[in-house]
Amino acid sequence: MALLIIDRRQQGKQKSAVNRQRFLKRFRKHIKEAVSDAVSKRSITDMERGEEISIPKKDISEPIFHQGKGGKQRRVLPGNKEFIRGDRIDRPSGGGGGAGGKASSQGEGMDEFVFELNQQEFLDFMFEDLELPNLVRKQLKDSDSYKLVKGGYLREGIPARLNVLQSLRGAKARRIALSGAIRREIKALEKSLEEIGNDEESEERRDITVKLDRARRRLNQIPFLDDFDLRYNHMIQQPTPTTSAVMFCLMDVSGSMTQDIKDLAKRFFVLLHLFLKRHYEKTEVVFIRHHTKADEVDEEEFFYSRETGGTVVSTALDLMQRIVRERYPSDSWNIYAAQASDGENWADDSPKCRDLLVKSLLPLVQYFAYVEISSGRDQELWQTYSEIPTDFPDRFAMRKVSEPADIFPVFRDLFERRSS
Amino acid sequence: MSSQTPIAEGSDWTFEALEAFEREIGRIAADKYRLDTYTNQIEIISAEQMMDAYSSVGMPVGYHHWSFGKQFLSTEQRYRKGHIGLAYELVINSDPCIAYLMEENSLTLQALVIAHACYGHNSFFKGNYLFREWTDASAIVNYVLFARDYISECEERHGVDAVESLLDSCHALMSLGVDRFRRPRPVSPEEERKRQKDREDYLQQQVNDLWRTVPKKKHEPEEKWPRFPAEPQENLLYFIEKNAPLLEPWEREIVRIVRKIAVYYYPQRQTKVMNEGWATFWHYTLMNDLYDEGLIGEGNILEFLQSHTNVIHQPDYDSPYFSGINPYTLGFAMFTDIRRICENPTEEDRRFSPEIAGSDWLDTVHHAMANYKDESFILQHLSPKVIRDLKLFSIVDDDSDSAIRVTAIHDDDGYRRVREELADQHNISKQEPDIQVWEVSLRGDRSIRLRHKQRDRIPLDEDDAKEVMKHVHRLWQFDVHLESVRDEKVHRVFHCNDDKVWIDSGESSNPAKPS
Repeated sequence: MALLIIDRRQQGKQKSAVNRQRFLKRFRKHIKEAVSDAVSKRSITDMERGEEISIPKKDISEPIFHQGKGGKQRRVLPGNKEFIRGDRIDRPSGGGGGAGGKASSQGEGMDEFVFELNQQEFLDFMFEDLELPNLVRKQLKDSDSYKLVKGGYLREGIPARLNVLQSLRGAKARRIALSGAIRREIKALEKSLEEIGNDEESEERRDITVKLDRARRRLNQIPFLDDFDLRYNHMIQQPTPTTSAVMFCLMDVSGSMTQDIKDLAKRFFVLLHLFLKRHYEKTEVVFIRHHTKADEVDEEEFFYSRETGGTVVSTALDLMQRIVRERYPSDSWNIYAAQASDGENWADDSPKCRDLLVKSLLPLVQYFAYVEISSGRDQELWQTYSEIPTDFPDRFAMRKVSEPADIFPVFRDLFERRSS
Repeated sequence: MSSQTPIAEGSDWTFEALEAFEREIGRIAADKYRLDTYTNQIEIISAEQMMDAYSSVGMPVGYHHWSFGKQFLSTEQRYRKGHIGLAYELVINSDPCIAYLMEENSLTLQALVIAHACYGHNSFFKGNYLFREWTDASAIVNYVLFARDYISECEERHGVDAVESLLDSCHALMSLGVDRFRRPRPVSPEEERKRQKDREDYLQQQVNDLWRTVPKKKHEPEEKWPRFPAEPQENLLYFIEKNAPLLEPWEREIVRIVRKIAVYYYPQRQTKVMNEGWATFWHYTLMNDLYDEGLIGEGNILEFLQSHTNVIHQPDYDSPYFSGINPYTLGFAMFTDIRRICENPTEEDRRFSPEIAGSDWLDTVHHAMANYKDESFILQHLSPKVIRDLKLFSIVDDDSDSAIRVTAIHDDDGYRRVREELADQHNISKQEPDIQVWEVSLRGDRSIRLRHKQRDRIPLDEDDAKEVMKHVHRLWQFDVHLESVRDEKVHRVFHCNDDKVWIDSGESSNPAKPS
């Protein structure tokens, strides 16, 4: 008996990957809700993690016909200690009774099916169906991304790219071509040999036999596969067009913004940043924060440093306009901006902001989203901005946020993929 | 004890050690104990791969379905949290017999598992009559491969969702997909492939004949239409495959695939106690023989004994860990006791089991392995000693009584009753509801009427039954009725039409009598 021991450990362990995907797809509604809940509950620094998802067991059960409770159920149990025949035992309270227990297949009173969504899947669900609106291909930038495409065949190459089919096809053609004349000759010789008949030792016959031998040897000398036949796949590096886009993140850090409000604003930008990092790898991000004056800062400072002061919103817009002019000409860049503020502004500044937006910025950008974080009535900036959307219906959007749970829905709403 | 040196010691295994163990165990198993096995194919896998294997219900390949993903996620979660350990091995009834061994297993465990799976289960698969009659070990792997390919082809042609919901419905009826009283032909993939096309055409044509609406020439009065089906049918999936009015040929083929796979698992479901008991009995015996020959060291045999004890642990009925009778415990105890009865029978054994007391033990266990299933095995071989050791007792929970009654315990009056009831408890056809196809309204609304016979007034679980009704409707595509009959009277009637499911109490409607 030949024993076979196979080491399978090196082989893929993702045999169930497809089934896992099928499962996630089937229960996407549940999972999406759970993801959305999780996002609003998590701390700012903790967005990129998997999540434990639970789904009500009854929603994912696979029902079969089985016996229910009631009737006369018999059972044999192990470990008798005190009973004798004829004893009567009160039914255990809390439903069920000892019998009929075979019903639920795995669950031991657990009503939730719990499983772990990994980080990848979590982010997939988080950003599913989101996109930067109005993205257009403006320019083939100094492209640094390539993809390999097939570009025919080469006579030279590395063994890994050997194209067996082409090589053998070529070899066959060569063999046919080179052997044609010889085969014809052999055929002719064979025929004449036949015609001569079995005339033992005739000169002619010996002559033909020699010729035939020589021809056959020549036929055999044609190699099955020659270096000359080998063909290799040719792979060409093709530059892929990258769409250049830049996102401006404008955040109010003035004194009127309480710690809670700042936290909400940061949450919004964290989501945005994560989204861009994940789906638009090449997108540049410009962080601008402002109180009475605006600064361009790096990511670290934007999210973690503390600074406060009064509020002049237009400084941020100004700065953005300047940066656009200097570094991101709108004919070659897709420009996006997201602004978060509590809506309070220096007395006369709001109209100025509106004018800046309408006259200078909105014509340049693909999309400008304003998020106002306030629980009460509309603030100044909101009121002023309210007049804008009619002019630029698909370029300008504004939403209100009052508590952490709003952030994710608003974020999704702003960047929902629109079918047009 | 012989003076041989152990094959290997310590806790780390090597491929050489596995080979040596397989060789030595195989030698003892064949020469000393006449275990007849398929060729072994041992595959070493990681924990994650073991979870994969779990979720494709032990098949090396399987078609894709969300429920397997659910299984995987649930196993993964519970394993990660430490709620469950993974099995040391998983073995497939195939020829060659494929056994998956986990890489985490220690040297001792690997030896145990080789004895348990590669010789215990393997010889059971080859020898037991149910497996011999119901399954074809040489063809199963290819058949599953065929099934997977066919189903993914259907997914391409008809969409993943359509196939998925069809499979949902088939899975819901899987336990009603076997002929309990008839032996099927074993599946053969070559034949399947070859005949599949013919079958599709032929099937469709038959169905068309059945549902032909053109009136026959001779005018017959309505009552003369023959009843269909002439006899009640227990194999619901088979009935649907052959007779459902509107299924497409590919849908019928998928119903067939699920049915065939249900048939493959049917023997396993009926021999849990025997199969595990047999494998446990042999790993215990073989490991001790290895030790006696000096091929296993002291330390390793102690580790083995500890693992073995864990495997056959039976928590009492009132323990928080109790989850039914452990088939390993029961089966091991029974085979061990058969050997004892043969070798050292007592007066009691001669009374209870006169036909085996004092006979050759090896012949007797082989005979038992080959010719019984759990139910008959227990009925025949559960001895008073095993009942006493496990302190088995039987109870009746009757909803017309105010309390649960103890009907038998481990005493002279109780042995037979405990034995009979434990046998019933392992009888699939008594534990699963008895549901049959009763009648199809051929000339009327094409509805199908199923009938459930309540045993001991035990009803169906209504919530789940309502869900399953929808699945039957999905396949039959006309109204479905299910009568649940108690003491010859219709007790409940489940209905399902295009948009809803509801239940009637039986009083209003007359029990449909076969005409």
